[in-house]
Amino acid sequence: MTVLFYIAGAVAIIATIMVVTRSQLVHALLYLVISLFAVAVVFFTLGAPFVAALEVIVYAGAIMMLFVFAVMLLDVRAQKPPRIPWSAWAGPVALVVVLLAELVYGITLQNHALAAGSVGPRQVSAALFGPYVLGVELASMLLLAALIGARHVAAEPTDAPAGEADAGATGLEEAPEVPPAPEGVRG
Amino acid sequence: MLHLLWLIPALPLAGFVLLTLLNRRLSRPAAAIIGAGSVGLAAIVAILVSVSFMVSPPAGHHFHQVLWTWFDTGGLRPQVAFYLDAMTVIFILVITVIGFLIHLYSTEFMEHDEGFTRFFMYMNLFVASMLVLVLADNLLLLYLGWEGVGMCSYFLIAFWQKDTQNVYCGRKAFIVTRIGDTAMIVGLFLLFTQYHTLAIQPLMTNIANATFSGDPVVVAAALLLLGGAVGKSAQLPLQTWLPDAMAGPTPVSALIHAATMVTAGVYLIARTHVLYLMAPDVRLVVAIVGTVTLLYAGFAALAQRDIKRALAYSTVSQIGYMFLALGVAGWDAAIFHFMTHAFFKALLFLGAGVVIEALADEHDIFKMGGLRRELPVVFWTFTIGAASLAALPLVTAGYYSKDLIISSSLAPPFGDVWLWAGAVAGALLTGIYSFRLVFVTFFGEQHTPITRRPRWRMQTPLVVLAVLSVIGGLVWLPEWMGGWDPFARFVGAALPLLPASGWSFGLGEATIVEIVSLAGIGIASLLWIRWRDATAVFSARPVPDALERYWRAGWGFDVLYQYVFVVPVKWFAHVARNDLVEPVVKGIAGINVLAWRGLSASQNGLLRLYIAVAGAGLAIIIAVVVLK
Amino acid sequence: MAAVSLNSGLILAAILFVIGFVGLVTRRNLIVMLACIEIMLNAAGLAFVVAGARWGRADGQVMFLFVLAMAAAEVAVGLALAIRFRKTLGRLDIDEADEMRG
Repeated sequence: MTVLFYIAGAVAIIATIMVVTRSQLVHALLYLVISLFAVAVVFFTLGAPFVAALEVIVYAGAIMMLFVFAVMLLDVRAQKPPRIPWSAWAGPVALVVVLLAELVYGITLQNHALAAGSVGPRQVSAALFGPYVLGVELASMLLLAALIGARHVAAEPTDAPAGEADAGATGLEEAPEVPPAPEGVRG
Repeated sequence: MLHLLWLIPALPLAGFVLLTLLNRRLSRPAAAIIGAGSVGLAAIVAILVSVSFMVSPPAGHHFHQVLWTWFDTGGLRPQVAFYLDAMTVIFILVITVIGFLIHLYSTEFMEHDEGFTRFFMYMNLFVASMLVLVLADNLLLLYLGWEGVGMCSYFLIAFWQKDTQNVYCGRKAFIVTRIGDTAMIVGLFLLFTQYHTLAIQPLMTNIANATFSGDPVVVAAALLLLGGAVGKSAQLPLQTWLPDAMAGPTPVSALIHAATMVTAGVYLIARTHVLYLMAPDVRLVVAIVGTVTLLYAGFAALAQRDIKRALAYSTVSQIGYMFLALGVAGWDAAIFHFMTHAFFKALLFLGAGVVIEALADEHDIFKMGGLRRELPVVFWTFTIGAASLAALPLVTAGYYSKDLIISSSLAPPFGDVWLWAGAVAGALLTGIYSFRLVFVTFFGEQHTPITRRPRWRMQTPLVVLAVLSVIGGLVWLPEWMGGWDPFARFVGAALPLLPASGWSFGLGEATIVEIVSLAGIGIASLLWIRWRDATAVFSARPVPDALERYWRAGWGFDVLYQYVFVVPVKWFAHVARNDLVEPVVKGIAGINVLAWRGLSASQNGLLRLYIAVAGAGLAIIIAVVVLK
Repeated sequence: MAAVSLNSGLILAAILFVIGFVGLVTRRNLIVMLACIEIMLNAAGLAFVVAGARWGRADGQVMFLFVLAMAAAEVAVGLALAIRFRKTLGRLDIDEADEMRG
């Protein structure tokens, strides 16, 4: 198991570095998928099979799919992406090395072993419907807000919000006479 | 009635405040009514107070009205209080009545000017300050009025401020009088340190009782106050500002630089005459300064082409006469000449103003001419004024006052034949230059057409002042004419009379003055009427021309001062620019600029920079936490 | 099942986080920046799971779930913004949006 952990960890790290350094957008996204898969394996080795599955289904599945669709919508094949000169990495890498050093130092101040045994879906669900039920509800509201927000932000200005006149009876508060969004509004 | 004394300076001050607050919202007629009306009301109150004072004089021939205590610190406790005695009566009458006439004149003179309200604002403040000056019962309050008139003089000289030349003239006036003012304040410090009071009457009593003649403190104080008087009254060596002060509007020249402010020095010395009696050497200096100045200015006036500058030098010269009178302890003679001079000099300036306006702002007398028929009222009044200035015998006020001074300059115990000779020579010069003005301006052929004629508001003051210039001298007749001298007896209650007023000088000495003044007028008529062309040719020849230019430039004093004072000071200021303090001040500014540059560079809108900075902050915080 | 120590897991999370951060600061393409944000969120979630595994409780995984939900919401809005960004500015370069008024 430990060996698996280290291998998966290495893969994750390498894949993440590739994500960050690729100039082609789609390449970067694909590497990101690999990284997420690797992290899922890491979860598995840690005794958290439920989140391993979630990672694959939601993160590598739904979220990355969102990315791919966005890339398709944006039609980015037109320009050749500019190469980033190595000098541009100097400053951020220096900053980040310092940050990492601090984090590692802080982490290694003490150590523990992980608990044996895995925490399966049954325990997670019990926690979710137990103490964390409020969080679940809030998370669902968050997702709803994101849904509506994303729709409105991405919509063309010529889409008249008054086209949703059928929502009148549902008690949804609709601003009367909402004028069409002015030209040139940025998101 | 006497208790209305405080109203006299308060009314013009109220006029000033009203005009300042309502400046833009006042129409011209309203501003004129407030401006001239406040002084007019003050004149009425002054007349009432004066009549009351003359008819039923209060005990001790003085009236003291305390308003409030100004401040109280370190033993100095000046009050805002007014002191009225005979000398003050003369001064407040002259200031308010002539002031009112000039304000009335100004309502027509300035009618096309866009700064109309501002003009009356400053004029009212000036009148208020001058009244405070003469009414003050202590030297500190007097100094307040002194500074006030100096400030208003600056404002009014530089009135047409769009032309920076006018502003420079105002600045020059202010700086030169400042030199005198500084001497004066040092003198005040000295007096206070020695005598512990600045209230005039107690101070004079202390000086008379406590010191011996020639006491160095008294001498020093007298000299310093003389310095102040010399500055304000434009005597040598601080006379350079007055000719340039003619850059202001003519009513300003008439009021400030002829009738009132420049006589403040005379007032000061007369007020503190005890000091000068106790320091005879300084008193002699006063007389010498007066005599030299009157001769200097006489020659300078002779060479002027600008009508106002000629009158300015004439003012310097006549104040020289007043200083001469003060220097021979003829205090009341000086006041008498002040009064008559106020009449005719204001008249001359106002007349000059009419001429200048009529000829569309032409100042050069050689470009005038022939106005005798065109502007008869102005011609006759101006001639009367010039005659009074030249002391035309018997029929003009100037004759009586100037004659008194000339004879005092010879009278024992303080008279001196050199002073007398100078005064007589000055009288000759006065006759010549004053009638030169009359003949060149009003006679001969006309060189410039008339574009504006005066109406009643400009002509009435001329007529009133002309009448005063004729009859104003009849209040003090000389011995050989009967010696009726109500003026002398009135003023003598406040100022000691000439110790030698009992000295009667016969008809002989009197005729010298008459001969001299008539001779002056005659010479002027010859040179500029009969032999006009010959005079022009003569003055174009190299030596006379150079001499004339030299006199016209005020005997080169401006150039002298420029090289002796102005250039070195400016050089030094330039050299001392980078002294020790400069880098400190610049450093503070520099740090601020650096900080600004840094901060605005950080607000460049680049999101990645912001994130990086946030990351750096995160690193720092973690470091702090982890390393605890 | 796990013989990995706590530190290993946390250090892995730290490394992934830091890599995501450096990508965020360096890359100019908006989509790549969003991906880097996802990397960072993922690393944070990993840290939570590791912590939960240390105690053998479900709380870590529950936190991860919430992080996941939040990441999804944020990605949705972020990509919508990227679309709007592209439409208005023509390119996906973040440095184009450096005007701070209007």
